[in-house]
Amino acid sequence: MDGVSIPLDHVLLLSALLFICGLLGLMMRRNIIFILVSLEVMLNSSAVAFVAAGARWGQADGQIVFMLILAVAAAEVAVGLGLVLQIQRRFKSLDMDDANRMRG
Amino acid sequence: MLELVLFYMASTIALVSTILALTRANATHALIYLILSLLAVAVIFYLIGAPFAAALEVVIYAGAIMVLFIFVIMMLNLGEKGDRREKQLLKPQVWIVPVIFALVLLVELVLVLSQSEPATTQGLVTAKQVGLTLFGPYVIAVEIASMLLLAGLVGAYHLGRRYLEEGREAKATRDKGHQISQEGVR
Repeated sequence: MDGVSIPLDHVLLLSALLFICGLLGLMMRRNIIFILVSLEVMLNSSAVAFVAAGARWGQADGQIVFMLILAVAAAEVAVGLGLVLQIQRRFKSLDMDDANRMRG
Repeated sequence: MLELVLFYMASTIALVSTILALTRANATHALIYLILSLLAVAVIFYLIGAPFAAALEVVIYAGAIMVLFIFVIMMLNLGEKGDRREKQLLKPQVWIVPVIFALVLLVELVLVLSQSEPATTQGLVTAKQVGLTLFGPYVIAVEIASMLLLAGLVGAYHLGRRYLEEGREAKATRDKGHQISQEGVR
């Protein structure tokens, strides 16, 4: 590696910062759509770390894990948005605090 | 040197648009910023030598998954408020920042593509390599991903189907005359 190429540390730092943004959003927002968006941001930031590490050693493994993350994100979004429709119908709002009671 | 500058610009755009996405009050505006953030991450993927991952990021993340989000927001049908919001979307202060960020990303793309040699100096991982590894040692992961997607499909269908049926029933009870004629037809 010569000095011109992008340092791995900085890509990992970007990934960590994106993850922190997603985590803070997940904890602070109460709208269920924003909670799903924060989950997407967190999954995406971990994908950045995988792809960067895979590219650093010239291996394809990082991109394969990226594809698996993509599949997980797609399945999670499909089920999560189905739940959004149900919660909107049942509670007439998208606030997660309206839906915090469990029925035993 | 060029790719370093482009990398820092793209990561700044990714971070800023993520923060803006998570602090918007309006879900549609948040999705626009999130799409921008994903496009910036795709540029970063290209710069660190993963062009196939960059293409997947644009096509699947910024394309398919975000369209799902937008469809659901449309399905929630916010009514009167939705019309006012629609008018609001035409105001410049709503779309000027995303447009500027997207133009910066476009300029980066043109700069990268106008170079004769690949912009990266690190190991370039081509789509062929990814495919050979994916269907070689990782073929079991493909099977697991397919099962996961099937589970997601069934779950989403189950949750969404009840929503549609309830909507149909509510519509049927709203206009009784129609309901009777429908029963007669059945």
